[in-house]
Amino acid sequence: MTGKKSIGTENKFADLFRRQIFIPIAALLLLALFNLVVDPSFFKITLGHNSVGDPVLTGYLMTILDYGSEVAILAIGMTLVTAASGGQDISVGAAVAIAGSVILRVLVGLGGDGTLQAPILVGFLAACVVAMLFGAFNGVLVAIFRIQPMVATLILYTAGRSIAAWINNNELPIITDKGFTVFGGFIPGIPIPTPFFLAVLCVVIALLVLKFTNLGLYTQAVGINSSSSRLNGLNPTFIKWLSFVILGLCVAVVGLIKTSRLSTINYSVIAKDIEMDAILAVALGGNVLSGGKFNIMASILGAYVIQFLTTTLYKFNVSSDALPAYKAVVVIMLVVISAPTVKEKLGAWGRSLKKQKGAA
Amino acid sequence: MGKIAEKTEGSRLIMEKTKKTGNGLKAAKLTDTNLLLIITIVVFIVMYAGAMIFLQKGFLKPQTFFNILNANAALIITSCGMSIVMITGGIDISVGGVVALVSMSCAVYLDYQGGNLFMSLLLALGIGLAFGAVQGALVAYLDIQPFIVSLAGMFFARGMTTIVHTAPFNVANEAFVALKGTRINVPGLGTVNKLGNYVNAYVEIGVLVALVTVVVLFCVLKWTKLGRSFYAVGGNRQSALMLGINVKRTRFLSHLICGLMAGIGGYVYFLHVGSGSASHASGMEMNAIASSIIGGTLLTGGVGNIFGTFVGVLSLSTIQNIVSSIGLDQAWWTGITVAAMLCVFLIIQSVILARKH
Repeated sequence: MTGKKSIGTENKFADLFRRQIFIPIAALLLLALFNLVVDPSFFKITLGHNSVGDPVLTGYLMTILDYGSEVAILAIGMTLVTAASGGQDISVGAAVAIAGSVILRVLVGLGGDGTLQAPILVGFLAACVVAMLFGAFNGVLVAIFRIQPMVATLILYTAGRSIAAWINNNELPIITDKGFTVFGGFIPGIPIPTPFFLAVLCVVIALLVLKFTNLGLYTQAVGINSSSSRLNGLNPTFIKWLSFVILGLCVAVVGLIKTSRLSTINYSVIAKDIEMDAILAVALGGNVLSGGKFNIMASILGAYVIQFLTTTLYKFNVSSDALPAYKAVVVIMLVVISAPTVKEKLGAWGRSLKKQKGAA
Repeated sequence: MGKIAEKTEGSRLIMEKTKKTGNGLKAAKLTDTNLLLIITIVVFIVMYAGAMIFLQKGFLKPQTFFNILNANAALIITSCGMSIVMITGGIDISVGGVVALVSMSCAVYLDYQGGNLFMSLLLALGIGLAFGAVQGALVAYLDIQPFIVSLAGMFFARGMTTIVHTAPFNVANEAFVALKGTRINVPGLGTVNKLGNYVNAYVEIGVLVALVTVVVLFCVLKWTKLGRSFYAVGGNRQSALMLGINVKRTRFLSHLICGLMAGIGGYVYFLHVGSGSASHASGMEMNAIASSIIGGTLLTGGVGNIFGTFVGVLSLSTIQNIVSSIGLDQAWWTGITVAAMLCVFLIIQSVILARKH
């Protein structure tokens, strides 16, 4: 009887282990446990007031919620691109710079005094259009010309920040209007950072789209086998292209948040290395990096876990320049664990262990 | 000068054509390689000749050409390694990071640890080989996507560079400075300057290293068993396996060579700039990939040529020189032209591939 029970729990455990969302949750728990042991004050959240006098929550967890949301928004688009094309877009950081530059150009213009020349919505929509156009450019290279996604997006990665600087003629327009800071800061009266709400909004929209359209199914089909999905009447070229355009939309939202935080832009630094975080989020979410099955929620959770890791490292006085080295180690560990050959070996090892137990 | 190069290219083509009757599959590959190579060489010659005719100024001086070589010796070496990985069907974007790490480590070793030149060279090679070996093992034996592995490698190298030493500094080690200043005169190509003195044209030591690298790797790819198996694995992994080629070891070796080249390239880069800095060689991986692609290496693997890569580096730097000498010297124009050139060549490749199917 007890034997049966233990098998039951073992199966449940194995089931959980096999679930995709297991990896990010395990990583999150591990990180949380680590911080709890080393310094419980990590989890302290205090209610304070910012310079304008609005109530704001501060603390490491709020930082994670704040900055993790940027990565989470990008992770939505990146997951779709990964699933459909089997590659990743490494130009998102540069594209964010372009989107931010467009917003500033539309809102302030060249040589302006910092007052708004157009409604914020117009600036944002312009950024959406431009970012989606660049997404479409990447999409055309990948879908129609069949260039590997990472190399195709390498073009924009190389040129993006230059284009961003060129849009504003290498000036650094500053927006003085306080209303613009809402998107990267706090809505007056609400103590939770706005980017979190934007991320929630994006996630809800994405989930609704996936629920009520066939996009998710089609994307998986194209990612698993492009030519057989074509034989089944799908249009793989269009689906791949579409995933890059959707990523462009996500990029525009992040561009808005990033420029709103600073009220200006720094072409070479804005959203630097964010592509690494976004790809890492997708990988951590347990999505297959070579395309096919995907789980948006796991990627989102992965994004916050990445930010959790970043914040933890910052807390231990790791400089922002040295940060990539630690993240790289995490990536390598992740991909090694999830590599099919390693999984197979581990599985065989576990089975032989069980057999020995049975024999004993 | 241009005509002669074209003529020899033409005779090469004829030679290849006569060879073509040998065996079917290989001949088809060779024509692809040659087509892409010819496009590259023609583009380079047209570009340089155009610059000589329309811009004159510096482009008529042989030293301008040698300066391009001097400034890009490291890029030539790393691009050659990159080409081998790409021919085998992989990619390595960690080379820029490795170059930065090598130059910073050697700088710290020479200035703060009082090391000697020979050991610093070994250090450079060791770092390069270590990166190549780890990445190669992950890619070949664990079958992880090369892009992800080398992306992590790039971030690791960049991060490690700042951990080794944060602030940029110039190396003052005497033996090193002497080596850095060594110039090799090229006879007969000097110019008379404004004062009426004859100035010799010169190249740095790095250029010699780069040329030797190009020749050695060209021969390895063309005439050794290992070199041919790189092409076979890149062309079709499954059939390479059936031909009895050790696919895993071949892929591993391609990454190992690329790492070694990044190490050598890093030392040559270090020799050229003479300082250590975390921001050194930023974007070099992109330039190396771009050079390989412009030089006719197919991203899908199986097609490529080291000599083409060499011409690719020259084309890339020539267009950068042209852009800056016609007055568009704002930093962004360089990025945009490189990207545009990469885009054009990628589309050419894609069209060639589509034609084949």
